[in-house]
Amino acid sequence: MADAVARFVPDGSTVAIGTSLEALIPFAAGHEMIRQGRRELELVGPISDALFDQLVGAGCVRQVTAAWVGNVSEGLGHCYRRACEAGIPRPLVVLDHTNFSISLALWAAAWNVPSLPTRTLLGSDILRTNPGLVAAGELVQVEAVRPDVAVVHVQRADAMGRAHAWGPLGVTEEAGLAAGRVIVSCEELVDPSVTLSDPNRILFPETKVVAVVHEPGGAHPSPVQGFFRRDHGFYRDYAEESRSVDGFQGWLNRWVTEVPDRAAYMSNVDSASLRITRHRPSEPADYGDE
Amino acid sequence: MSDYTPQELMVAVASREIQDGDLVFVGMRLPILAYAVARNAHAPNARGLFEVGLMRDQPAAGFLGTMGDPPNVAGALWATRMSNVMALMAQGHVDLGFIGGAEVDRFGNLNTSYVGDPAQPKVKLPGSGGGADIAILSRRWVALMRHERRRLVEKVSFVTSPGYGDGTPHWRKQNGLLGGGPEAIITTICVLRFPELGGEAYLASVHPGRTVEEVRAETGWDLKVADQVSETAAPSESELSAIRRFDPEGFWTG
Repeated sequence: MADAVARFVPDGSTVAIGTSLEALIPFAAGHEMIRQGRRELELVGPISDALFDQLVGAGCVRQVTAAWVGNVSEGLGHCYRRACEAGIPRPLVVLDHTNFSISLALWAAAWNVPSLPTRTLLGSDILRTNPGLVAAGELVQVEAVRPDVAVVHVQRADAMGRAHAWGPLGVTEEAGLAAGRVIVSCEELVDPSVTLSDPNRILFPETKVVAVVHEPGGAHPSPVQGFFRRDHGFYRDYAEESRSVDGFQGWLNRWVTEVPDRAAYMSNVDSASLRITRHRPSEPADYGDE
Repeated sequence: MSDYTPQELMVAVASREIQDGDLVFVGMRLPILAYAVARNAHAPNARGLFEVGLMRDQPAAGFLGTMGDPPNVAGALWATRMSNVMALMAQGHVDLGFIGGAEVDRFGNLNTSYVGDPAQPKVKLPGSGGGADIAILSRRWVALMRHERRRLVEKVSFVTSPGYGDGTPHWRKQNGLLGGGPEAIITTICVLRFPELGGEAYLASVHPGRTVEEVRAETGWDLKVADQVSETAAPSESELSAIRRFDPEGFWTG
């Protein structure tokens, strides 16, 4: 992960991350960006649970393009509030979207067009604060948002970059297609015979994927279907501790800056209690070809 | 009658807004429970839609902290990308949506973005999420919120999710909004409703133990009152038992 972030997420990057809303959030990748002291990032996402709040609090972020930033089960994001209201640790540019419009902005970039029209947003003041959303008659033109890099966490991937994810996908596919490149972290690194046995489930063209990181637990505390439950208590503790700047700094030291990597982080988590043990495998699809 | 919390009452009231056969855009928090309660009682054919990219026809078997939690995916009718779910709403196929509000005004406009000047906000709220999409595109919608004078305000400082705009007749139609607008605002102490053609909210029912005077005092504008204000029906035993089955620890309703 350290190599992938060092090579493919330079300072100033536009980064789509947390594209499945509440599940499969690449916290490990985000924490590595914090450890490496990334600056001037422009984050793109729909609802990235507490990860945006952490990156903002750590001073990595110049701009946020998102539908919602906070802590989904707990409410407000305290770091995000401090940045927007008081410029702590630094001022933030916010480009508001709705969930629908951020998806359209990414599809526009994926299809290489300047904008896409929609019937949402009419009558909303979001049109007043985001210049990339322009009302024209009874439609709104949503300008393309083009990430330099999309970062995703998935259940399994092979070394060639073929990623399988299941469960709801949020805006993951359009984010990957829109981005210049994709970093994949995965619970299981599998042989290509596994991914290629079900090509419909491959998220992105392998030509987009520049790095695959085998990172078990890389989405904690967010859930991973078939692997980990959501760690609700972890989000609650984060909400409490991040209420003050000092509290957030203590949290960050304990869980990010004083931790060398995800393996060490996971050794501090009671992962056994979070691991899903009641499995529900799907029936395989027959790709017979005669 | 058992004791119940204000949140349990809100869930029960919200569940009664769901009609059998509705396609419901469920969203987060209390509405997840409201869908579960309705599906187990009067609306066995209601389907739930979740913007994360899910459709269900039965409540999740396990506790949900978010709509993306694994129990909400197991047994789903459809797991897909968000834009596919939004497509259904854009086509007018979503009968009812639920939205949480931080601030609401007399015309049902919701603010979940900025308190004060957006350039220098006093409070930065998390934002729209799918709220504005639901408010604009679903056929009808219901908001749930805590009833406080600072939250029910004469005019919201920022319209994240439009209700009936400036309250003039046909405001939504004139501005190209597809959906029908808010049907009710369910608060911790009462239910506000709107005239058939939209416009200004009025007090329709007060929750048990509350008074019209109290509601008006806690509301930031001169609240209109229905000719006959009823008392909100308390949660039934079966509603309460369903709520407690789906929120056993009282995470949302405690």
